[in-house]
Amino acid sequence: MIHIKHQVNFETEGEALYIRLSGEIDHHSAVGVRVGIDEKMLSDRPKIVYLDLSSIDFMDSSGLGLIMGRLATANRYGGQLIVLDPSVAAQRMIRLAALDRVIQIQFSKNRKEINS
Amino acid sequence: MNKSTIDYTARVENEMDLKMPSRSVNEGFARAAVAAFCAQLNPTAVELADLKCAVSEAVTNCIVHAYPDGVGEIRLNVKLCEGRIVQVEIRDRGCGIADVKKAREPLFTTDAAGERSGMGFTVMESFCDSVRVHSRLGRGTTVVLLKRLHI
Repeated sequence: MIHIKHQVNFETEGEALYIRLSGEIDHHSAVGVRVGIDEKMLSDRPKIVYLDLSSIDFMDSSGLGLIMGRLATANRYGGQLIVLDPSVAAQRMIRLAALDRVIQIQFSKNRKEINS
Repeated sequence: MNKSTIDYTARVENEMDLKMPSRSVNEGFARAAVAAFCAQLNPTAVELADLKCAVSEAVTNCIVHAYPDGVGEIRLNVKLCEGRIVQVEIRDRGCGIADVKKAREPLFTTDAAGERSGMGFTVMESFCDSVRVHSRLGRGTTVVLLKRLHI
């Protein structure tokens, strides 16, 4: 059996949906992850979607496509997408593509932005 | 680092070859295998992350673009050279790239519907010291990544 290294968890808090991704995001994992997220987003239509990337161990450019694609999904129904606590691996890619110019990124209290 | 100082003919101290079908499940395997092989040079965590990312992009290109309608062969060759230079060659026998210069441009993608970001080659170039691409339509593509590890 193929070991699945990625995981998606949903949590709803008021009008916000928290999507916590963990493990490795590549082209292989992104395909399955995005279908599940879009189904949830389009059925719940949460006002704010927090994409929690704090537990991402690996991300390549497929992760950028995944983030931008979910922004597009949120825009379809007038929702807002916020990337929450991106890990080092996620921040590398976000910075490389200057995604922080087009997408809102938030760091919660106990987490710091890594400046390297 | 001055990228032009990389010696393409540096003596090979260790080498490995891998052959795998272009199935997306092998993306993780390919980058993990390269990282494991390079571990003998004691790379930093950042260097390993750079290599894994670059290899992941190149292998994904083979899977998504070289063999869009089926499964083909991907060959991976890793050389550890004198001067702590890692050379990774990713080769396919797929459809080839019509315009390599265009394909290397940031944000260029032929597959926007599939949520490809068009950043694959940009990632490889950012995380390696040199990226060479040879491609022939209908014959396949070879990508050669070079990265010099810290002394």
